[in-house]
Amino acid sequence: MIAFWVLGAIVIVSAVWTITARKPVYSVVALLANFAALAVLYVTLSAEFLAVMQIIVYSGAILVLFVFVIALLSSGVAPFSAGPNRLKGILVPAVVVVLAALGFLIYATAGVTAVAPGSVHTTSSVGPVGSAGVFGSVADFGKALFTVQLLPFEITALILMVAVIGVVLLAGDRVPYVPTRKRAAEVERSMREAILRGGE
Amino acid sequence: MPVAIGNYIALSAVMFFLGVAGVLLRRNPLVTLMSIELMFNAANLLFMAFARAWLANAGQVFAFLVITVAAAEAAIGLAIVVTTFRDEKNVDVDEIRLMRG
Repeated sequence: MIAFWVLGAIVIVSAVWTITARKPVYSVVALLANFAALAVLYVTLSAEFLAVMQIIVYSGAILVLFVFVIALLSSGVAPFSAGPNRLKGILVPAVVVVLAALGFLIYATAGVTAVAPGSVHTTSSVGPVGSAGVFGSVADFGKALFTVQLLPFEITALILMVAVIGVVLLAGDRVPYVPTRKRAAEVERSMREAILRGGE
Repeated sequence: MPVAIGNYIALSAVMFFLGVAGVLLRRNPLVTLMSIELMFNAANLLFMAFARAWLANAGQVFAFLVITVAAAEAAIGLAIVVTTFRDEKNVDVDEIRLMRG
């Protein structure tokens, strides 16, 4: 209970810092604090495997990618020139509306208690984090991932492949276009010559 | 004493709203992408909370899928930023009007 409030405060403060920081590097640092607090929050929700995934994928891969791009873009001229602020007039009404909507949402959901519908497929019981076989442990999550939820797991492979192809197409070197049929004809001709030479 | 699910919904809502505010207000595309990551994480937190409340693994598996999508989105978004900067020499999302949006 105390852990939730402390971690929630860290999450909110670091999220505010992320979107208000002057330099993108400070945003990355704030986002790192946010993701670390979220990982601890996931442990308290007995999702230990996903807490580790949060650290590895977000803090280890995505944020390093952000830092890399910031370093890449900042090496030359200053890339982030701020133009005139066109939002001055609507800033105060926007903040009021957002806070009102948020307050209503919190008021409406604060008393909600979760009731499990009868059809939910429960496989294991809750236990202390780290013990074997309880809900959210690595064995439990892995069993779900490779049996019942195998299709979503395979779809992640497709998503990652599409991302890799897209990134290579977007940011890769522009190689000169060579028609594949022409290249295939050349390869076929050279192979045929090699076979003929070997046969004599 | 367990935390009520409404508190997690409220925390996730605050995070999501902060992400939306970052996307709408900031003009640095990198901060915009980071705000999108904030929104992904708000959704993930809610998936975890409901998975724990209902003892259903599907929520955690879907959060795994969301993490994968976030990684793919970050990679492609940063590639677009790098490509745009290579051509434009100015990365302000208000100034980029290639798509006439």
